[in-house]
Amino acid sequence: MKQELRLSGTGGQGLILAGIILAEAALLDGKLAIQSQSYGPEARGGSSKSEVMISDEAIHFPKVTEPNLLLAMSQEAANKYSADLSPESILVTDSLFVSKLPAHSGKVYELPITHSAKEVLGKALFANIIALGALVKITNIVSEESLVKAVLNRVPKGTEDINKKALQIGMDLVKL
Amino acid sequence: MSMENLINKYFRPGRLPHIWCPGCGNGVVTGTIVKAIDKLGLEKDNVAVISGIGCSSRASGYLDFNTVHSAHGRALPVATGVKLADPSLKVIVVTGDGDATAIGGNHLIHAARRNIDMTVILYNNSIYGMTGGQYSPMTPQGSKATTAPYATIEPSFDITELVKAAGATFVARGTTFHAQILADLIAKGIEHKGFSLIEAVSGCPISFGRQNKIGGPADMMKWQRDHAVMLAAWNKMTDEQRAGKFPIGVLYENNDRKEYTEAYDELIARAQGGNK
Amino acid sequence: MSRILLLQGNQAVVEGAIAAGVKFFGGYPITPSTEVAESLAERLPLVGGKFIQMEDEIASMGAIIGASLTGKKVMTATSGPGFSLKQELIGYACMAEVPMVIVNVQRVGPSTGQPTSPSQGDIMQARWGTHGDHWLIALTPASVPECFDLTLRAYALSEKYRVPVILLMDEVIGHMRERIELPDNYDEIPQAERKQPTCPPEEFKAYATDESLVPAMPAFGSGYRWHVTGLVHDETGFPKGTPAATKEAADRQYHKLYDNLEDIVQVENYRMEDAEYAVVAFGGGARTAYEAVDRARKEGLKVGLVRPITIWPFAEKQMKELADKVKGIMVHELNCGQYVLEVERAVAGKMPVTSYAKYDNEPATPAQLLAEIKKAMAL
Repeated sequence: MKQELRLSGTGGQGLILAGIILAEAALLDGKLAIQSQSYGPEARGGSSKSEVMISDEAIHFPKVTEPNLLLAMSQEAANKYSADLSPESILVTDSLFVSKLPAHSGKVYELPITHSAKEVLGKALFANIIALGALVKITNIVSEESLVKAVLNRVPKGTEDINKKALQIGMDLVKL
Repeated sequence: MSMENLINKYFRPGRLPHIWCPGCGNGVVTGTIVKAIDKLGLEKDNVAVISGIGCSSRASGYLDFNTVHSAHGRALPVATGVKLADPSLKVIVVTGDGDATAIGGNHLIHAARRNIDMTVILYNNSIYGMTGGQYSPMTPQGSKATTAPYATIEPSFDITELVKAAGATFVARGTTFHAQILADLIAKGIEHKGFSLIEAVSGCPISFGRQNKIGGPADMMKWQRDHAVMLAAWNKMTDEQRAGKFPIGVLYENNDRKEYTEAYDELIARAQGGNK
Repeated sequence: MSRILLLQGNQAVVEGAIAAGVKFFGGYPITPSTEVAESLAERLPLVGGKFIQMEDEIASMGAIIGASLTGKKVMTATSGPGFSLKQELIGYACMAEVPMVIVNVQRVGPSTGQPTSPSQGDIMQARWGTHGDHWLIALTPASVPECFDLTLRAYALSEKYRVPVILLMDEVIGHMRERIELPDNYDEIPQAERKQPTCPPEEFKAYATDESLVPAMPAFGSGYRWHVTGLVHDETGFPKGTPAATKEAADRQYHKLYDNLEDIVQVENYRMEDAEYAVVAFGGGARTAYEAVDRARKEGLKVGLVRPITIWPFAEKQMKELADKVKGIMVHELNCGQYVLEVERAVAGKMPVTSYAKYDNEPATPAQLLAEIKKAMAL
């Protein structure tokens, strides 16, 4: 069963890294994964999209066409990348940035992702890891063990504990 | 060593006679290069001569070393690749005023900036000779050329000042009239560790001399004799005395700056030692 | 022992380069190929190699030509506008027969175009970008593991035939991250070797050849002193511009490659055994095509994919054979229709060849391609 996730927001929010971590966690689980991205020419600002596909079988086409989940961490991204959601798709928004939900008949989680990063951890830059914790709690798309391992493989030395904490905060945001 | 012996030792058998016009200064400059190499006792196998395109750049084909007759303006990038990939080679670049300062001008300032160990012999005949006499960035302002029938309105480069500003650590100028001095300057340039450039003022009687009514080969040599001034004398001259003349000799030397391939070896050591 | 990694196509090229024994990279930053330069700047010094960021794309080519003459395996990487700038010296490398690998991660053009969007618009430039008659090899990977494999193959071909090899990537493959299994160390990987002269230096003629038509190439400094020139030259390596020498030089360069197409040209056939209709696609476009073919098969349509891995020389024989086998061909590419011109030429009117050209910054989705296939098959 192929799972398609789209993580979107603003350039600089760390969503490309989040996508990479998710794909690497899937490989640790012994699955196949592809991560791709699209962004404008600018290094900061502008809409950013990081897509992850996870499957037990070969994945040919690398872009998401039928998203099982959309994470939107900016209003612009929520508007721009929600057009192909189906009623079965899950929409997750960062409530600090997305005040107006796009039309979507399926399940929606409005989570205070960046708000928690700032309030609990003191820095907005942990928002991407918090988001990962939330996504995995919602979808179970990778094992928690592989997720933690994949995060620790990618974050700077000395930040392991705070990143683990960020994952937990993300998981705790989700009330299933 | 006599010129005949130098030719037998350093020129490729069967490649002469050269294509240069009668009275051209390129043969003289090329002769001074082998004289310098002989003076330094360099092994032919360890010398790479890289040229661009133009009259002077044909020299690489005549010389019995590892030689590249590259593309127009591109001698310095090719030489940079040779030198960085194998720093044990002595790299000599043969180029002309059009090749080095117009189409290859960007490469020239960057090779100088890096201070990579090579010696550029810039044959300055003030004209594009191969294509029949168009003006170059080193054609004196007011000269005639086939593309400047009303005389050039463009100021010319003083290439020695340009490469010095860009970072070259040995800069000299000589002329074909002062051939022995030129050979010594080239030898010093080759011995120098770092980027060296020797401007060799050379006459083109056919494409420059005729259009500018300077006269024949002998008249062009006399022009060099009358306009080139040894640096020591130049330094004592007033601005009025200097007008229209130019200094020859070692114009600039700096042995304090790190050479590029040495700096690269240090970088490798740092990288392999785990230090960024 | 091996390791499983999630790598970008561009990073897999870097791994391939290190595994192939590349010791010199000259480059200039340009999206979407920059990761290749950045990564080799870090990796090459660790293996005693050299990385240099040159002042421009032309200089990058000059530098790798020079480094290749010293016997090193060399690489440069670029994209559209930079690839155009490199063309002058690609011509030189063809004429002087200097081995090298040029990575071109294609983007939307012409000019600055869309620097971060995928395209396959340089298919014809890869073949005909430089001036004059010339022959070279271009390979197109369609996955991250294949980026690694084809980088190795690019060096094997480049050294064997003394010819520039273009690794013709696109942004889809260059930037996507995918699973790749790599050996822990590359010591066991066979290294492509350049033919060396067997005669003593005084008898050496730089461009004399045996039946392979590929001259030996000693390194500068090895004791074999030779002359490299962009002028037409004879077997001595020195300029010779007679009509006979000019024709002989061109003929040899043609035949050294085109007499060996069996060795050089690779094409993958996917679900082609009983196919009645073929999609021809490559690189990023092939990723769409695999899935479109799978979906077509699920609907009972006998569709297969023919994927040229070697883009140049053109897979003449394979395409002619295809023309005798299927009822129709669709060429899908991320440009306004370039490779299709070659397919049409080879098929020579035996059957309909349909072009599905996509040139709007986005790869076609499998659904889009399938719809086009159905439309074409109904014809």
